Amino acid sequence: MSTASVASHESAHDDHHDHEHHDNFVTKYIFTTDHKMIGKQFLVTGIFWALIGGFLSILFRLQLGFPDMSLEFLRPLLGGWLDEAGKLDPTFYLALVTMHGTIMVFFVLTAGLSGTFSNFLIPLQIGARDMASGFMNMLSYWFFFASGVVMFISLFIPTGPAGGGWVVYPPLSALEQAIPGSGLGMTLWLVAMTLFIASSLLGGINYITTVINLRTKGMSFSRLPLTIWAFFLTAVIGLLSFPVLVAAALLLIFDRSFGTSFYLSDIYINGEALPNTGGSPVLYQHLFWFLGHPEVYIVLLPALGITSEVIATNSRKPIFGYKAMIISMLGITILSFIVWAHHMFVSGMNPFLGSIFMFLTLIIAVPSAVKVFNYLTTLWRGNLIFTPAMLFSIGLVSFFISGGLTGIFLGNSAIDIQLHDTYFVVAHFHLVMGSASFFGLLAGVYHWFPKMFGRMMDEKLGYIHFWLTFVGVYMVFFPMHYIGIAGFPRRYYSWTNFEFANMYTDLNMFVSAAAIITFAAQFIFLFNFFYSMFRGRKASLNPWRSTTLEWTTPLHPGHGNWPGEIPAVYRWPYDYSKPGAEEDFIPQTVPLSATPESNLPHEQEQVKLEMEIMKEEEEVLVANESKH
Amino acid sequence: MEQELKYVDLVEQPISMHPKKFALWLFMVTVVMIFAAMTSAYIVRQSEGNWLEYDLPQIFWITSGIVVLSSVFLQYGYYSAKKDNLAGLKMGLIGAVVLGIAFLIGQWYSWVALVDEEVFFVGNPSGSFLYVFTGLHALHLISGVIFLIIVLISSFRFQIHSKAMVRMEMATTYWHFLGGLWLYLFMFLLLNH
Repeated sequence: MSTASVASHESAHDDHHDHEHHDNFVTKYIFTTDHKMIGKQFLVTGIFWALIGGFLSILFRLQLGFPDMSLEFLRPLLGGWLDEAGKLDPTFYLALVTMHGTIMVFFVLTAGLSGTFSNFLIPLQIGARDMASGFMNMLSYWFFFASGVVMFISLFIPTGPAGGGWVVYPPLSALEQAIPGSGLGMTLWLVAMTLFIASSLLGGINYITTVINLRTKGMSFSRLPLTIWAFFLTAVIGLLSFPVLVAAALLLIFDRSFGTSFYLSDIYINGEALPNTGGSPVLYQHLFWFLGHPEVYIVLLPALGITSEVIATNSRKPIFGYKAMIISMLGITILSFIVWAHHMFVSGMNPFLGSIFMFLTLIIAVPSAVKVFNYLTTLWRGNLIFTPAMLFSIGLVSFFISGGLTGIFLGNSAIDIQLHDTYFVVAHFHLVMGSASFFGLLAGVYHWFPKMFGRMMDEKLGYIHFWLTFVGVYMVFFPMHYIGIAGFPRRYYSWTNFEFANMYTDLNMFVSAAAIITFAAQFIFLFNFFYSMFRGRKASLNPWRSTTLEWTTPLHPGHGNWPGEIPAVYRWPYDYSKPGAEEDFIPQTVPLSATPESNLPHEQEQVKLEMEIMKEEEEVLVANESKH
Repeated sequence: MEQELKYVDLVEQPISMHPKKFALWLFMVTVVMIFAAMTSAYIVRQSEGNWLEYDLPQIFWITSGIVVLSSVFLQYGYYSAKKDNLAGLKMGLIGAVVLGIAFLIGQWYSWVALVDEEVFFVGNPSGSFLYVFTGLHALHLISGVIFLIIVLISSFRFQIHSKAMVRMEMATTYWHFLGGLWLYLFMFLLLNH
């Protein structure tokens, strides 16, 4: 009886879908409202920006590692930014550093990571047809795209792109006379960032609404995969912190273009006094870092979420400390808003305030350590399957530890006097935030590629890519700790001007060579990605034998994700290797009543309740049937 | 197959709020954060000294009254729509829109009053902040007026009634929020001036 009614239901749905989705090229690939396609758009755009951002870093690494080298062979690309001897223009060097930071932090690790996986995974893993508002989601991508276009154009204007560092501190960034990079390039930077923030907020509002309102039956918050928890909290952080950057940028725009003095006071340029009085540059730093620090976690949390999922699946073990993971992510979310001034220890801030921020900063070590501990204990004695995604996830844990440890030193306001703005900082955040998040991104791509494109990526190429990148990243960033402790400041054009830095010339050459090899290794990934998209081995429905909902969809899910009803959820997402169970994983869609052999005592209690509800549901179905 | 389609509900249903309404609340959170950032910037900057003292334009008292009155009108329109009193709905909406525009004009005159006092946008941040607060708030209020006008048009097309209240509810929420935001800003300026 019920089967019949279900079948009729299903066919009705099929009709519905056939009817609705005759997409043409434009609505399917360009102005799409399907969250899966928008996720892929973010991914491909993110990859594009990662290549540009990486290439810029190679340019300034060439300058740092091989200061006497002639870059004449790059003249077709760099043109006037090389002098007669083929050396890089010093102001362009500043622009390169600035754009590398901006692109990597915002375009790659925020939009490329959050944008891709929040969009792609949230509806699939919570059991929703699409995002709460597909239209807003589409706008989110196109605002990001427009932002990218503006930023891209700024790379090619005569005065060069923004050059004040990715933090764009005034007065340097506020005064056009200061450096060429504070002219039109800076204006375009601000325009691009405004568009980018609009994109992030549109996306973030959508993610939060979808997670709260559109979960399938049975998907309580305590049954959400940790990926979704991570994306959700990331969106919350973004929602609270990006508006503050808007405020900071707005005041900066007024200072730059309308002559106000929010950040400017008593400045002389070339012996000439500027009219601005009464501004405070430290005010900008407060506003900026109120976003800037949470931004670190906007970048990192999604990567940590992806890692939880990948490590649990490929260890064939439940994640260790599911609740502890959630609580530590909540802790990180809250703490991220009250530590911003640790970026400003030497800005002339009250030292007593510095001690408070130091204390709060060091507390973050607790939830971070809980997460590391849980990753390691999940791996401990698991049936490890070393897929490329698993390797990248383990790589993330490694970077998170080695980069996180140096954070404890930097968080101390006294030690920070020596280490502030040196290569020690560069090494720290490139490991803990940059590389860790980048590895999370790659792990996610390797893991969900079969769901995105219905094909598998090549594993052997994945292994080569992993080992080259993993070793390469350590080769690049580990030596920087020594250079930093020696006191060498970041963002400097040349090493050879100071006696103490001369002895690090060899080390810099080594770093640069490692950077080039690491960058080159990414092309293996690029080939693998695009080749597998069209020619890869066809994927099975659930290639990693995973429990979460996205693997219950068809190989190429249409717009709406499930052809029939959305499946209900009966258990948490980490039932791997449950004692007594037939297989080493039980999908979330399998009711407890179907697995009496593996149920724990408290679950056996829930079975009774489950049966009652099922009976009621059946009665409702029968009643509906008789109405027809 | 059959098994997959069975429903079980071991837990409470998710929070059942209309997704668009929820998104509006989240949007209001972002607006709150912008103004929280601005007003804290004001306090931080003020504490550093070199701060120009001047009188707040008296017209702020009038515009505050207007904004409260417009909210009363809109609330009346909302209750009318709930009771399917369409004439009352239109009156409430028109009243709110007209008063909203009056508020904007009043804010413009506050700028005129500031200029008369020789407090300019360019100059000591103390004055610049006031322009930024009022300007940024006016910008949001314009978006609110546009929203109200859209709802007004649909009310003339009989699209707003007791069974189709989502847009009206959202418009009312947003409008009250913007009014409250202004009262907060005004109060803040009175206290920290």
